[in-house]
Amino acid sequence: MTTRVPVVEKITKANDQIAGINQDLLDRHGIFGLNLLASPGAGKTSLIERTLALLKGQLRVGVIEGDLATSIDAERAAAAGAVAVQINTGGGCHLDAVMVSSALAELPLAELDLLIVENVGNLICPASFALGTHLNVLVATTPEGDDKPYKYPSMYSRVGALVVNKVDLLPHLDFDMDRFRRGVETLNPGVVTFPVSCRTGQGVDAWVAWIGAMAREKRPPR
Amino acid sequence: MHELPITQGILELVLDHADRAGAARVSAVRLVIGGLSGVVEDSVRFCWDLITEGTPAQGAVLDFRRVPLRLACQECQTLFAPDGVSFDCPACGAGGARVVEGREFRVESIDVEDPDAEEGPA
Repeated sequence: MTTRVPVVEKITKANDQIAGINQDLLDRHGIFGLNLLASPGAGKTSLIERTLALLKGQLRVGVIEGDLATSIDAERAAAAGAVAVQINTGGGCHLDAVMVSSALAELPLAELDLLIVENVGNLICPASFALGTHLNVLVATTPEGDDKPYKYPSMYSRVGALVVNKVDLLPHLDFDMDRFRRGVETLNPGVVTFPVSCRTGQGVDAWVAWIGAMAREKRPPR
Repeated sequence: MHELPITQGILELVLDHADRAGAARVSAVRLVIGGLSGVVEDSVRFCWDLITEGTPAQGAVLDFRRVPLRLACQECQTLFAPDGVSFDCPACGAGGARVVEGREFRVESIDVEDPDAEEGPA
């Protein structure tokens, strides 16, 4: 005989449970965790370098670098003053809570205030997998085009803050900031947005002041 | 290839609920997948056939209910599916619409067979 059994549970339940354990661990150590998401080449590592430079002497920062195969990004983060751990996904397109759990075991958590996880460069799936961090931050860029919120609504709808990098290139591009913002506003009403240039440093101080305040208060925005 | 971990998540839930129901076999799995999930149905089916082999869910039919992204205009309350180019309201032209459907991402229910049942439909 066939019986219908109701399930009604989120497909990502198993990952979400481990993410919850990760977050408890961060909370116990008073660490504020960021999950940095973006397409490849958006400037995630450059943003981390700029952020580390401005937070030097104020907050102790740990970095978990997700990458397909290399450790270039972790070396850059370490050179910029962070305690850095590399996760190689071996071709996998996103980090998950289990990978972050292993990486957390390698970090001196008692000596950290802020954890930045740099996810694999990809606008499709990383936002679907919770890591246990407190805030998802998307690094968008002007050369990618103003249509990205419309093309990747899933990613844009799941972030708690948006950094728009490479604004120094705006005079050379057809990027329509108004169209971009209208798309973002529908998917993610009121999300805080920081226009920056990691190349010139423009706008980075506002981002760092905001994230620094968040890390000191140990709480997510809104 | 993020469909593999997603499909593994589906199988984990399905086997857990089948076990709790004391079922010998799972014959169908109903999924509700919103347009914001970015999940490719064919890839999930491909992974499903591979990873269910030798489990009580082997041969279970996957039934996808897709829920397209739908927005509600905050000005005139029109409900609409965006055209992929703009989220502005097609009726009044206002921006700032809100997402009302499309975030779904769950296993809704499963069909299970009793331990002493004859071989059910494939």
